[in-house]
Amino acid sequence: MADRSVAIGEWSGPAAAMFVAGLIGAAFAAVLWRGGGDLSLGAAGLAALRFTVLQALASAALSVLLAIPIARALARRSFPGRALLVTLLGAPFILPVIVAVLGLIAVFGRAGWINVGLGALGLPPVSIYGAHGVVLAHVFFNLPLATRLILQGWDAVPAERFRLCASLGLGPWAAFRVLEWPILTRIVPGAFALIFAVCLTSFAVALILGGGPRATTLELAIYEAFRFEFDLPRAAALSLIQLTLAAGAAALALWLVPVLPRAPGLGRTANRFDAPKGWRRVADGVVIALGAAFLLLPIAALLTRGAPALLSLPPSVWASAGTSLQVAALSTAFMLALALPMAGWIASARSGRAEAVGLLGLAASPLTIGTGWFILIYPYADPAAWTLVVTATVNALMALPFALRALVPAFRETLAGQGRLAASLGLTGLAYWRVVALPLARPQLGFAAGLCAALSLGDLGVVALFAEPDQATLPLQMARLMGAYRMEAAAGAAVLLMALAFTAFWLCDRWGRASA
Amino acid sequence: MLQLENICIALGDFTLTANWSLPARARATVIGPSGAGKSTLLNALAGFTPHQGRITLNGQDVTTATPADRGIAMLFQDGNLFPHLTLLQNVGLGMRARLRLSPQEADRARQALARTGLAGLEDRKPGDISGGQQGRAALSRILVQNKPLLLLDEPFAALGPALRDEMLDLTADLAGETGATLLMVTHAPGDVARIGGHVVFVDDGLAHPPQDAEALMADPPEALRAYLGV
Repeated sequence: MADRSVAIGEWSGPAAAMFVAGLIGAAFAAVLWRGGGDLSLGAAGLAALRFTVLQALASAALSVLLAIPIARALARRSFPGRALLVTLLGAPFILPVIVAVLGLIAVFGRAGWINVGLGALGLPPVSIYGAHGVVLAHVFFNLPLATRLILQGWDAVPAERFRLCASLGLGPWAAFRVLEWPILTRIVPGAFALIFAVCLTSFAVALILGGGPRATTLELAIYEAFRFEFDLPRAAALSLIQLTLAAGAAALALWLVPVLPRAPGLGRTANRFDAPKGWRRVADGVVIALGAAFLLLPIAALLTRGAPALLSLPPSVWASAGTSLQVAALSTAFMLALALPMAGWIASARSGRAEAVGLLGLAASPLTIGTGWFILIYPYADPAAWTLVVTATVNALMALPFALRALVPAFRETLAGQGRLAASLGLTGLAYWRVVALPLARPQLGFAAGLCAALSLGDLGVVALFAEPDQATLPLQMARLMGAYRMEAAAGAAVLLMALAFTAFWLCDRWGRASA
Repeated sequence: MLQLENICIALGDFTLTANWSLPARARATVIGPSGAGKSTLLNALAGFTPHQGRITLNGQDVTTATPADRGIAMLFQDGNLFPHLTLLQNVGLGMRARLRLSPQEADRARQALARTGLAGLEDRKPGDISGGQQGRAALSRILVQNKPLLLLDEPFAALGPALRDEMLDLTADLAGETGATLLMVTHAPGDVARIGGHVVFVDDGLAHPPQDAEALMADPPEALRAYLGV
């Protein structure tokens, strides 16, 4: 039971939430205002809307469908390296989008490994560019996420139930009906909704692999309307659609989403008595191998290509890496300043409705926020001077929902377990935060900070909208190198970016896990 | 003296009323069927559950005081120690709501730990010691808190019978040393005999006034008879 006397973030939480809502609302109002009320989408806008929804549906459906056999195989087989593989499934979440795309190009691109193989067999090459490339990249990111979510559902089933199934002598089909089907119906809708929502606001993937009338997402269309044509009415109309769509999907996801994996390492050994033998064992092995190959090959290809280029990176890459680190640090600090009071407030709240606030970040399209703030800043200052601040802010908003997902349960647990004790000892307000809440939520704090830092380091979004030619974050610099067909240098920058993102996450997460 | 004037706690369909007083330095157990509101009564006294009526402690009205400012020390069913803090820090929090202690305060915390038989374990964390030792550490904090009213919400329920009796005796001794009034929720009739003093029987929405434990248990009224199964 929540009591008045053991609540935290009572005023700072709502204040932070209002601030977030204000940031998004002001941007949106600015876009609407400068848009001048003409909200017709036009044929190109309609095509972008159609493509955005269809690619998100396809990406979510494929990710979830392919994840089911992989999760199932992982859940019931134990083999050397299983724990490592499960941990690696968490990696794409913090892998910079542009890095992964370059890796995918190295495998599936014109001169990639697949086409080299096809050519050797005398088969026609495949192209990674276009709608299917966008979906491929989205599946690359979200298949591991879906696998982890479903695997988590499996791990949540008590071992006794598997034992019971075995003692009843249930065959594979009966075991599926009794054990696995309920897991899937519990996890799959949420996983689907989450991936759908995430893919709706896809920008960097579409920027590189998509484009043109047949593969432009709304985010990309907003970017093009703004950056190339400075057509504010169109940007406004597109933003309105994007916001409605993303907010709807986020609301759907709130209903359906299972608790996200907090940290890598769902390492529980599978102890399944019902694991079928014979050809099914081989099939499981093949499924796991294919899944692992899909995840690891692009990274391996990138490393092979980029590592040699690391030594000869142009100075502009190093400079942009420095910029990126600054943005990430600012973004993480900003995210924590918002997430901590909000998480405290949500954890103290009687109703779960406050949690919806956390999804504001998911609902808001980074490009819309960027466009809006560009409009707001423009009359008073040079928006380019604000590039890094706006980028850091938008990155913080993007990481906010995930940070809340990690922090809220931790704060709630502490409040339930030690809240009354703290109140009876006079540990209230700042003293409670300092002595109780923060030390006990240290693992989640480290995870959230690492996640935000990694996401911010790897983000290519708003910065592309604002930045002047002499300004760049590392992902933007990478995109410019790719645009100039300096692929070796781009691969080198990608390896550097990947190393920075993983190191940032690892350092923060490790800090969180180290006992005080 | 603890005085409850027309206390009424309403939580949804559930109501609990109490209108009685308990003399200073008295000991009392609170018994009754599960769900009758024993813990709710203690939570209201400690300032965690909103209620109507007036609570005074040694003549002071504490009805609206915060949990920390009403002269009450409380032990909960569980979570009586912060798992990330050492025993010394946990006990130290009984004196001041901060982790840094003055040398005098640290001495006092050490003495309190020694009094409950935990000398030498000051730097351990709750996870590293046994359940009985955790109970002792929580009691050490009670000692330094030195509050006029001590509320216990079945803090030793998870311990074995012998250890539990030991903890009850220690609790009673410590309450005697600090001069605190002791009010303890329990579901074990054996605890009633062990603590002695008074009994508050909670049943059917009413916390009955304290009655002499020995006399009451010797000749329980109908409702208490039904609860005890005798």
